[in-house]
Amino acid sequence: MRIYDGGKIIIGLVIFVGLVTFPFFYNIGKPNVKPEPKLDTPEIQKLTEKKCVESKAFMRAEHMKLLYTWRDAAVRAGERIYVNSEGKQFTISLQNTCMHCHSNKKKFCDECHTYMAVKPYCWNCHIAPKEKET
Amino acid sequence: MKINRRQFLKIAGASTVLGLGGTAVVNMIANDGLEASHVMTDERALLAKRWAMAIDMRKFTTEEDYRRVINACHSIHNVPDIGNPKDEVKWIWSDGYEHVFPGQENEYMEESIKELPFIVLCNHCDNPPCVRVCPTKATFKRKDGIVMMDQHRCIGCRFCMAACPFGARSFNWKDPRPFIKKENLEYPTRTKGVVEKCTFCFERIAKGLIPACVEASQAIAKERGGEPGMFFGDLQDQNSEVRKILSSHFSIRRKPELGTEPSVFYIIGGENNG
Repeated sequence: MRIYDGGKIIIGLVIFVGLVTFPFFYNIGKPNVKPEPKLDTPEIQKLTEKKCVESKAFMRAEHMKLLYTWRDAAVRAGERIYVNSEGKQFTISLQNTCMHCHSNKKKFCDECHTYMAVKPYCWNCHIAPKEKET
Repeated sequence: MKINRRQFLKIAGASTVLGLGGTAVVNMIANDGLEASHVMTDERALLAKRWAMAIDMRKFTTEEDYRRVINACHSIHNVPDIGNPKDEVKWIWSDGYEHVFPGQENEYMEESIKELPFIVLCNHCDNPPCVRVCPTKATFKRKDGIVMMDQHRCIGCRFCMAACPFGARSFNWKDPRPFIKKENLEYPTRTKGVVEKCTFCFERIAKGLIPACVEASQAIAKERGGEPGMFFGDLQDQNSEVRKILSSHFSIRRKPELGTEPSVFYIIGGENNG
């Protein structure tokens, strides 16, 4: 079998494969730091029952949907009380409810968002809790 | 393979049933586990059919009165003080008679009224032109008559500013954060590129509180004795504060000829016959 211009094609292929796999080789041996959102704020420490508005598994997977529901309920419908699946009531407010407990935005929100390269624009308007530089 | 019409219909029917059943199964599996949760109104919330405000201009006697009422609003809502009229953001402010009631002025009017600054804010019109023009429904009229702004949806097209005959809306030409002297951490700021205005303190009404400006005017009245300069209540309720004051005083509204039906009423001059 003969390939016309085989040399050029093979050199081209080698360069192409090299470029495509470059990120993999480049990151070999580098530590892959998993995001570990921290929950140890003073406000959470004070809670007797350390529970968010819904279960941890639900919050981890669906918090963005919950926040969208909260946003529309509070702003558009004027409904400001959230009753969770256990019947407990919470005030619907990102700044006053969520961030009251999770007063560590950098270690809680940003930790995963940066890792996943998502940039939610919540904080363009909502005021993040004041944190000490760590 | 050849199929006749009868076989084709059978296959089509069976696959439709399968398809519908399939989505039901998928929905069941993908259930987000939030069946039992729901949202509701706070039981402390003030309710009305149409919120309205009456402003008794006779009670605003010193510059300090205006300042306190305006500050009460601007400080809790993180309204920036940019300090140049082009970029100015305002929810409640004061303006002269000829700008507030154009077409109703005359040369021989009482000097005191001609010179008087009037407290002006969003009129929360019953027929709001800003709501009609908003392409994203970022501004909308609530069931209780409040013309609300949803900053999450505002795309900054400024149609509403062109539509509003009262100049009640301000555009954020720049990031307002550096111009807020002291942030209220319980209320969001706005961002560059959105329009904002008075919301009749929807966030306070939801907790059973009256608007901040009305509260400030009541505080002034308490110190001084007598009636406050601002009243808030339900226009549809005969016994509300607003209806009581309107039924006993002569009142005017801004640009009534435009048919927007403002919900802010002004009491100007005259004896207190209430």
